[in-house]
Amino acid sequence: MSRFTTDTIPAGAPDELVTEAHYRLVDLPGGAGRAALITLDNGKDHTKPSTFGLGGLASLSAALDQAEAAAAAGEIVAVAVTGKPFILAVGADLTGVGQLTDREQARVTGQAGHDVFRRLGELPVPSFGLINGAAMGGGLEVALHCTYRTISSGAGMLALPEVFLGLIPGWGGAYLLPRLIGPQNAVKVVVENPLSQNRMLKAKDAFGLGIADVMLEPADFLVQSLRWAADVVTGAVVVDRPDLTADAAAWDAAVAAGRAFADAKVRGAAAAPYKALDLIAAARTSTRDEGFAAEDEALADLVMGDELRAGLYSFDLVQRRAKRPVGAPDKSLARPITKVGVVGAGLMASQLALLFVQRLEVPVVLTDLDQERVDKGVAYVHGEIAKQLAKGRLNQDKANRLTALVSGSTSKAGFADASVVIEAVFEDLKVKQQVFAEVEAVVAPECVLLTNTSSLSVTAMAENLQHPERVVGFHFFNPVALMPLLEIARAERTDDASLATAFALGKSLKKSCVLVKDAPAFVVNRLLTRFLGEVTAAFDEGTPFDVAESALDPMGLPMSPFVLLQLVGPAVAFHTSETMHQAFPDRYGISENQRRIVEAGKTVLLAWDGPTPRIADDVAELLVLGDSPSTGDEVRQRALDAIAQEIRLMLDEGVVAEPQDIDLCMLLGAGWPFHLGGITPYLDRTGTSERVTGARFLAPGVASVPTA
Amino acid sequence: MPSNRAVRDVVLVDAVRTPFGKAGANGIYAETRADDLVVAVFRELLRRNPGLPPERIDDVAVAATTQMGDQGLTLGRTAGILAGFPRSVPGQSVDRMCAGALTAVTNLSSGIGVGAYDVVVAGGVEHMGRHPMGEGMDPNPRLIAEKLVDPEALFMGKTAENLHDRFPHLTKARADEYAVRSQEKTAKAYADGVIQQDLVPVSVRSASLGYGLATADEPPRETTVETLAGLKTPFRAHGRVTAGNSSGLNDGATGAVLAAEEVADELGLTKKARMVSFAFAGVAPEVMGIGPVPSTQKALERAGLTIDDIGLFEINEAFAVQVLAFLDHYGIADDDARVNPYGGAIAVGHPLASSGIRLMAYLARSFEAHPEVRYGLTTMCIGLGMGGTVIWENPHFDGKKDA
Repeated sequence: MSRFTTDTIPAGAPDELVTEAHYRLVDLPGGAGRAALITLDNGKDHTKPSTFGLGGLASLSAALDQAEAAAAAGEIVAVAVTGKPFILAVGADLTGVGQLTDREQARVTGQAGHDVFRRLGELPVPSFGLINGAAMGGGLEVALHCTYRTISSGAGMLALPEVFLGLIPGWGGAYLLPRLIGPQNAVKVVVENPLSQNRMLKAKDAFGLGIADVMLEPADFLVQSLRWAADVVTGAVVVDRPDLTADAAAWDAAVAAGRAFADAKVRGAAAAPYKALDLIAAARTSTRDEGFAAEDEALADLVMGDELRAGLYSFDLVQRRAKRPVGAPDKSLARPITKVGVVGAGLMASQLALLFVQRLEVPVVLTDLDQERVDKGVAYVHGEIAKQLAKGRLNQDKANRLTALVSGSTSKAGFADASVVIEAVFEDLKVKQQVFAEVEAVVAPECVLLTNTSSLSVTAMAENLQHPERVVGFHFFNPVALMPLLEIARAERTDDASLATAFALGKSLKKSCVLVKDAPAFVVNRLLTRFLGEVTAAFDEGTPFDVAESALDPMGLPMSPFVLLQLVGPAVAFHTSETMHQAFPDRYGISENQRRIVEAGKTVLLAWDGPTPRIADDVAELLVLGDSPSTGDEVRQRALDAIAQEIRLMLDEGVVAEPQDIDLCMLLGAGWPFHLGGITPYLDRTGTSERVTGARFLAPGVASVPTA
Repeated sequence: MPSNRAVRDVVLVDAVRTPFGKAGANGIYAETRADDLVVAVFRELLRRNPGLPPERIDDVAVAATTQMGDQGLTLGRTAGILAGFPRSVPGQSVDRMCAGALTAVTNLSSGIGVGAYDVVVAGGVEHMGRHPMGEGMDPNPRLIAEKLVDPEALFMGKTAENLHDRFPHLTKARADEYAVRSQEKTAKAYADGVIQQDLVPVSVRSASLGYGLATADEPPRETTVETLAGLKTPFRAHGRVTAGNSSGLNDGATGAVLAAEEVADELGLTKKARMVSFAFAGVAPEVMGIGPVPSTQKALERAGLTIDDIGLFEINEAFAVQVLAFLDHYGIADDDARVNPYGGAIAVGHPLASSGIRLMAYLARSFEAHPEVRYGLTTMCIGLGMGGTVIWENPHFDGKKDA
């Protein structure tokens, strides 16, 4: 077998924080013999989890050389692998992947992982993967190669998340996992979870799926794992491993179910889940060599594709850029927040009040025009707290605390000592100006005033105030508890302290904040309105509903255009398009059909009586459709052309600092997929950006395979 | 008065310990926290005694001499929480220097005796690598200025030299011979598998070596009288006390379950020893090693026994001379087989506050091996001039004179 050593690492390989594989001999408890205990440790604390680059693989390979020699000499009866505190390992070091320009180089990297890891399953003595903490990707695969696995009940962050990024579990996971836990469970771990907001397993789940043979408490996990290993070595414990490969029909059914799941999520638009399913399908009858070689090839294909590069780019945006907003003022300028006022007690305002009280644990005061609305708003928040209490997510003391913090009034007098007041009233500039004037009469001069407007001018809202410098746009997405994005808009006269306070508040609310200019509809709504506007325009012109509705499928968006329109609601969507039309009449049209639907008071657009939705009959009667239909490809390209143009204009206007911020907004605010990179990588790789705007948005290699 | 106010018998249900390590950067526990050692012991106690429902534990007392850092924060409570004891189980910390664990046992046992507790967990720990002797010490200047305490009393090795002065016939040669026997008895007990029975394996982590597993005491070594004769006498030029005839600087933890005998019976718990009496006594701080003599005298008197009734002795070997002084006082030969049959602290080490329960664990094994013996005792000298003794009855006693 080939031996991977530090000499095998090609020149020019990226710098790496090497995860060392420390090799140490231990006496198993109870006199069961001596074992080699390998600890994976990158020398940092748990905030920098261990990963595998080529150096890390070489270190593990060297440790396995020692283990093999000791086993051959009869000096050890077992080999065990564990990680530093709280972490086993979290997979391959992906920092170098973005620089790979050669398919063979990519294939060799995959093969190196196999060459090292597989030795754990081919030793003359049993091997034990001790899953002491987070184990993702290659980290979990290390354990999968072992003969046996123990897992700490305190371990979280267990996953094979490769498909989420655009990869496959390519260091043995796709072959070994279905054979260990069955195809149905493997499809869940390899495909379904990554495609479900990259869901992670907890120890209990992983154990339940059969990933580990025994679950042990964290307090003395290592000692008890070694005791269990000793029992396996002495024969006191026997692990039953049924052959799961016999039932071809069940295997095929599980893979087919996985395909249906992937279709529903990405509509064939991303290659990784399908490649993973192919590997799982083949794993039933492949040999180890065949299975691992197939993983190498699949990995090389994906690494050389732009989808993965966009996935890595997206991951970086969400992990790094989202946590350090570009253009935000120094956080030391932020003022402490000790009380929050919410103007309005409608559903949006009540949801905001709930979020504020849960995350900040400070008094929150709701106001509205009449007592009935106030009571309803407060009751909503109290009710949601009670629900969480009933579900066991809060204990009684915490529920009491939060409940007591939320109050309501028809008077704004309660805002007097608030640090922040947010308005969530009707989208009308005059109304909002008046609300802020009333609030300013009560609050201290440094109280920050936030508006949750989605499309009005924040600058205009502030202009008649004594202290306009304290007004900031603070745009949430619905539902506010779940959507991770906050667009924070700096108005013309907003000062740094107010803006810093808004960013600090956004962070406390656990939102990802993006700084945007005070421009109509900021980023997400501006682009979505333009994008969908082109699709509905094509429909109005005579494109058949099914063609328009499925035109965007090749992008793998989370929702088809009319389903999204239904979710937003015809009235809100129409109101937004009117606002945008006023701002940019040459680019944002008005759909007369939508006007008819809204004026007729229709709230339900679609009928769901077949496998796909159709226009509801009573709505269809209202429509006036043209006679110049487009094909699906034409509709899609028209929509893409439109947003390419719009993004270029937004960058020129300085709505955001860079294309990366546009992409971050679309990833987090619209839920657009990683394989599109948000949107600009997709516009670049389809040639749309250059054709429409004369240039790419991102340099080659940023979110695509670099030109060699 | 409550109607149930009757004195109850206390039994030692179980006693375990971590392997003892050498203190310092190269010791097995160099990068292991003291509280984690206690946690390992507590979890093993529960595992070994499945009949004990953890919620039945009425109190937890853990001794440490230096109650700072990972030995602070009321260890009896924090170690209980960390070990997974129910939140309803309270805890406390105890300090009587070297007799910390012994005091944790006697304090809690008193509570059992008067009916305040049914089941308790006692423990002790000292990580002398992380907490060198005297860390953070701030003696009141009056102690010296008013000659309340001889300045040498704060240095244990000097108090041992002082003991040699007081008893000139307890020579360095006798001390070295005693020390070699301690090593030999320990080696034999290991070879016979006696000591391992009550050791808790502990995972140890080293940043540079990775994880390891401590499964045996680190300090024991093979030695000879000749080797010991050549060692330095660090506490006094041309003195008698050496690293060879003293216990070392060590890391380790011990723990024990004690219960009212009727509760042990109810729960079906093992009974390894039955407490007969205990006593503490004070002596001149500069000869603290003589402390076990008066404390044993007191304990015997309170039990209505004499030294001749005691068939097994577990004496902490802080210094060989201090054991010899005890034996000399009671007319027992240096190499009497009843004394420390499995060796002692000179060989396995003496992580200060933890050692009292090690003595009990050893005595329990001796009781098991000697059903002809009815009574045994555990005793130790204590810094600043004290001694502590607990007299135990052998539950395995079969009434026959000699096996």
